[in-house]
Formats: sequence, C-alpha cells, structure tokens
Amino acid sequence: MPQEESRAGEEELRRRARDVLAAYPPEGTEDVEFLRARFDAGLAWVHFPEGLGGLGAPRSLQAVVDAEFTAAGAPDNDPRRIGIGLGMAAPTILRYGTPEQQRRFLRPLWTGEEVWCQLFSEPGAGSDLAGLRTRAVRDGETWVVDGQKVWTSSAHNARWAILIARTDAEVPKHQGITYFVCDMTDPGVEVRPLRQITGEAEFNEVFLTGVRIPDAHRLGAVGDGWRVAQATLMNERVAIGGTALPREGGMIASVAAAWRERPELRTPELHDRLLGLWVEAEVTRLGAERVRQQLAVGAPGPEGSGLKLAFARLNQRVSGFEVELLGEEGLRYGDWTMVRPEKVDFYGRDAGYRYLRAKGNSIEGGTSEILRNIVAERVLGLPAEPRTDKDVAWKDLPR
Amino acid sequence: MNLLYSEVEDDLRAAVREVLADHCPPGAVLGRVEGGEPYDPALWRVLAADLGLAGLLVPEPLGGQGASAREVAVVLEELGGAVAPVPFLGSAVLATSALLGCDTEDAGVAGLLGRLAAGAETAALAVPLSTAPGSGFPAGVRADAAGRLSGTVTSVADASAAGVLVVPATGPGGPGLYEVAAADAEVAPFVSLDLTRPLADVRLEGAPGRLLPSGDAAAALDAALLTGAGLLASEQLGVAQWCLDETVRYLGQRHQFGRVVGGFQSLKHRLADLWLEVVSARAAARAAADALASAGTAAGVEVRVAQAYLSGVAVRAAEEGVQLHGGIGMTWEHPLHLYLKRAKADEIALGTPGRHRAALGDLVDLPAAGH
Repeated sequence: MPQEESRAGEEELRRRARDVLAAYPPEGTEDVEFLRARFDAGLAWVHFPEGLGGLGAPRSLQAVVDAEFTAAGAPDNDPRRIGIGLGMAAPTILRYGTPEQQRRFLRPLWTGEEVWCQLFSEPGAGSDLAGLRTRAVRDGETWVVDGQKVWTSSAHNARWAILIARTDAEVPKHQGITYFVCDMTDPGVEVRPLRQITGEAEFNEVFLTGVRIPDAHRLGAVGDGWRVAQATLMNERVAIGGTALPREGGMIASVAAAWRERPELRTPELHDRLLGLWVEAEVTRLGAERVRQQLAVGAPGPEGSGLKLAFARLNQRVSGFEVELLGEEGLRYGDWTMVRPEKVDFYGRDAGYRYLRAKGNSIEGGTSEILRNIVAERVLGLPAEPRTDKDVAWKDLPR
Repeated sequence: MNLLYSEVEDDLRAAVREVLADHCPPGAVLGRVEGGEPYDPALWRVLAADLGLAGLLVPEPLGGQGASAREVAVVLEELGGAVAPVPFLGSAVLATSALLGCDTEDAGVAGLLGRLAAGAETAALAVPLSTAPGSGFPAGVRADAAGRLSGTVTSVADASAAGVLVVPATGPGGPGLYEVAAADAEVAPFVSLDLTRPLADVRLEGAPGRLLPSGDAAAALDAALLTGAGLLASEQLGVAQWCLDETVRYLGQRHQFGRVVGGFQSLKHRLADLWLEVVSARAAARAAADALASAGTAAGVEVRVAQAYLSGVAVRAAEEGVQLHGGIGMTWEHPLHLYLKRAKADEIALGTPGRHRAALGDLVDLPAAGH
C-alpha cells in the first residue's frame, strides 16, 4: 500500500475513534455500551468487513485505533479474558460462518458479553486431534452430541464453544469431522475443573451427553470440519503482536530483578548461566522482532513458525533457573489451593508457579515435538512422517 | 532497529554469491588448502577491487564506498558460507576499522585507507586473533623514539596475505598504532586449526614504523575489535547456514533402510532445532550489524549478545553437520571439516562466548558474584 494512502487511512480511523469518544464519553458510559458503539463504528477489528466490527482496513492499522482509545482512557474488552473468542472463534466464524452466524455471534464475542471456549482436544485425541471420537448424530434439523473434551479453558464461564465432532465413522479420520457452535448452557453440557500441576484449575473437562445443536449452528459443510479447524489452529499459533517486545521483558525480568536486588544469591557459576539465559532471551526477542518487521512490510518468512518452540524452551529454562537461584526460598510454594483463574498470569505469582506453569508451554497449542515435525517438513522440506491411518476408515483404526 | 535486509543489501549479496560460486566452490577451496597457498589472490582481487568490497567501510571522500557495517555483514555472511580464503576480515574490517579510528585528515592515514579501499594494498591488524574487545592495549610491542618497533605478536589473522601491518605498540608517547611494511617484519605462518584463515606469528626486530596520528590509539584499537567482533557474528551466521542447508540437502537424498534418512524423526527434530537456532542467530547478527552502523561503539550490548550466541550456533551447526552426514562427514574429501574448523576457530576469535557474557554482565547491570 502506498504510504500516502496508509496515512490517509490512519487519519480517517483516528477521526472515527474521536467521533465514538465524543458520542460516548468513557466516563459517562457503561463499558458494554461503549464497546458496542466501538464495534458498530467498525473500530473493533479494523480488518474485518464493514458491519461486522471492521472497515476492511489493513490489519496493521489496528494499533492506531487501539492507541487512540487507550490514550482517551476508554474501556477495553479485556482481551486476555476472551482470548479464545477473539483469537480462534472469530476468525473462523468470519471465514466459514453464514451471514446470520456472523451477525449473531461476532458483536457480543468482541464486547466480551459472551465468552467462548474451544472443544477440540479429547483424552484420546491430543497431538492426533483428527482421531477424535466425540460423536454428532443428525436428528432432523438438529445434531445430538455425545463425548468428552479436555483442556478447555474458560468452559466454566463460556456462553458458546467451537466444537469438532465425528459425523461419519465410515470414512478416514480427517474426512468424517464436522465443526459446530455449541451452546454451553445446554443441559447436556457438564463442566468439571481439571486441576493442573500448579494446583490451580485453569482448564476444564467437558462432558457432552445428548447435547442438541441446531444445524444452523454448523460452521462449514458436513464432513469439512477438519479444514475449518485448520483455520482455527493457524490462528492459535500466530500470536505475534503489533508492538515490539521490550529488552529484558518476559520471564527473564523477574530473574534479573532478583539478581540485582539480592547480592547474597550470586555465585560465579550462576552468573555465567544467568548471562547465558539473558542472551537466549534477547536473541529470542530479536527473532520475534524480526518476524514482526517481516510482517509489517508484508514479507512474512518461515521464521514465525518457530517462535512458539523458541519461547516454550526459553520460558522453561528461565523459570527453572529462577527457582534454583532463589535457593532456600525456592523450596516454598505460594499456594496449592485449587483456584480458578480467568487468565494465565505468569508474573503475579511466585517462581515455583512460573516453573510449573511453563511446563505446559511445550504441550499446549501443539507440542514441541509436533512443531518440530512441522518445521522439518514445511520449512526444511524433509519427508513427512509415515501415515498408516490415512486411508483407513476411522472405525477400523487400532485403539 | 532494522533487522531486515534492504534491496541494496540483497543485490550486494547476489553479486558476492555469484563471484564465489564461480571462483571458490568448496572443492576448489580444499584443493588450494592442500596446495600450500591457502589465500586466493585472484579471488581477493575480484572481491576487493572489482566489486569494491575492501572499501565498504571507507568514506567516499577517502576513496571507499561509504557503506556501513550492515553491508559488510552481508558480505561476511557470504564469505563465511563459502569459507572463502580471502583476507577480508583482517584487512577490510579489522585493519580498516583501526585506521578509521585514527586521524583520517592525516595524509598518511588517508592514503593508506585509499589504497586499501581500492584493493591496491592489503593490511592486517597485528593483534592475536583471540583478542576480545575491552581487554586493554597489548603490551607485546615497544617503539623507540625513532619509530623502530620490537616485539612479538602471535596468532595474527591474514598477516601472511598483507603488505602492511597496523601494529599497536607502546612508544615514548604512550600507546600508538604504527604502520609497518610486512616486508620489514618476520611473518611466520604456523599450522592453524582453521585451514582457510591461517594465522601467523609476527616478529619485529627494530622494524621501521610510522606512527599513525590518532587522538586515542587504545580507543581506536578497541573500537576496531568491537566492530570486528560484531561483524564476525555474520560470518558465523554464514557458516551455520551453509552447514544447515548442506546437511538438510544431503539427508534429503541419502537412503538407508529403504528410506530417505531425512525422514527419520530423530534427525528431523535435530535439524528443526538447528534451524531454530539459526533463525535466532540471524536476528542477533543483524541487530549487531545495525547497531554498529547506527551507534558505533555504543553497540556493546548488541555485539556481545551476537558474539555470545553466534559462536555456539556456528560450532553446533558444523558439529551436527559432521554427525548427521555420518562417515562422509568425517572424511578429508568432504568440505564440512573446513566449516567445522572455521567455526571452532571463530569461537575463540575476538573473544570467547564466556568473555562476551562477562562483558555483557557489566553492560546490563548483572554484576558478578562479590560485586
């Protein structure tokens, strides 16, 4: 896009934001009312189409809008609380939803009035998600769903879920899946907390028993759910923000602070390792910054696909070092009580929590082993893993 | 901070790559190493004079290209990727940077820079290649009042290809940088770990030298070492990238057990991990080059980070290359060992990773134990 056009676009967006702020002064307006107005003005996600919270503008201009509202002290939609909806459900609904579905779901999703969760993983289907066994059986204009899902964050607060279920067991596993929007208030939905090694229950298990989903809540064609789910999962792994990460941000910050504030913890051997981790944190940050710059000039490279792997490794190494650095204090743990946090907060808790929670970084959203396969195959062009289940009907797979 | 490559930099890379593909395929480099004349003067002429690479850092009024560390870094990536046996690091980076830290209004300094930039002369900076920035002015050479230099400097890079030595020496007026004709010194090459960048001991016995005017010779030398260290990271990136690419290529075609070897998951994962390191390494090397270009000696953090990280990546890439190639990777005939030797020598060159980490601790306020 030519620079002048981009600047004109920026000005127009700023003007629109100021119009919203004038009509709905943040001090005198309910948060929800303000957020609805912002959505209706097309300033929710500017790259979405008009009428659906956007203006069909370049995605890079969102930062301009956000800055305008932040500077005016406007309420935001608490994006970390509704991350699944914003990051996964919304782009999928935009791409595969009917106009009715888009009109019904996107506005309360963005304002945070309706929280979303994701019913994908199952006890028997983790890395091999396409092997899932939750069934959806058609009954006229309704689908009846039975099965069990796991690792569902926000399920206990959610109004809606994106769900994939098996609608045909007679065909190979990828072909017999259909994608739905599931009403979490259906009496057949039971949500149980899933306690993690941290003590808390950030996630849930969700049991689905005779849950009824109208066919109007299907996303995409019957049997096409795997392709629809790919769109969702792509968005899960692309989580690179619009602004540069600061040097010594993230987990290395609390380690560096402890080192500076507490000379009694220092030993020569820890010093060299600390600096090694500081370097690793810095080069990982620079790697992410380079990906951000590539995206900003419209020249994405393959480097982005490695970021999750890199940050998982970094977080685990740094948080492990922090516990060790603290010595005797590292023997204590803040609280094993089963609390139910609404969002992951790495920094509000102690080093032991960070250490334990970071273990999930190499499992959630694609294990590091699967991601290494993806890098090796899609970036380096090495042969794909042998697939013994590709042409076998799902019902005939060994299990 | 710009971590990308500009179009000009891409063009420069393409030009260098084309020359290297013509003049120094890995097999030819290996042959030259065995022939006893490790440097390739014809290749150096093309790069230094015809492409003007020797003068990249030299301002245009002095006869150079007036480019920056960013462009030099791109050249070093390519030279590293070819383990090209040319004295670019010693002459166009280290010696040239030291001279740029002297008084360039001085006709002698300007004249020498002009000859270096034109490719008419080649120089070496007479310090041990292992010298880290920040390690102080070397004490091994003394100059008398008549400018005669005596002393020994060990392990000098590119000295045997140089006509001029830039020698740090302590004279009656304190530390200074001296221009000495290589012919007036005893330059004794020794059998080096790195076959494509052989080192030499330099002995000076009353060698006539000319003091190069400078405000602060120690600062000029240290700035040259910092520039060299930051840019060496890009050479290490080139080495690592070649090892990764070549290993991926080979494993993509070699068959064992009726399968392409590169399809075995244990090998795929090792290569994916290596790729990930090379991705971070590229960002770190670019950051160092960009910081040197825009901030000069204030680029300490970026340079130390790049050196602390890239040394390990280059060595690991070469070591993984040898292991994953299997038997052929252990042979003299396969060029991989040239890269392993370069990577291992580069780990020591201009400061080991541990030295750079320690220096970084001071720069980012992470003090050592007891401080």
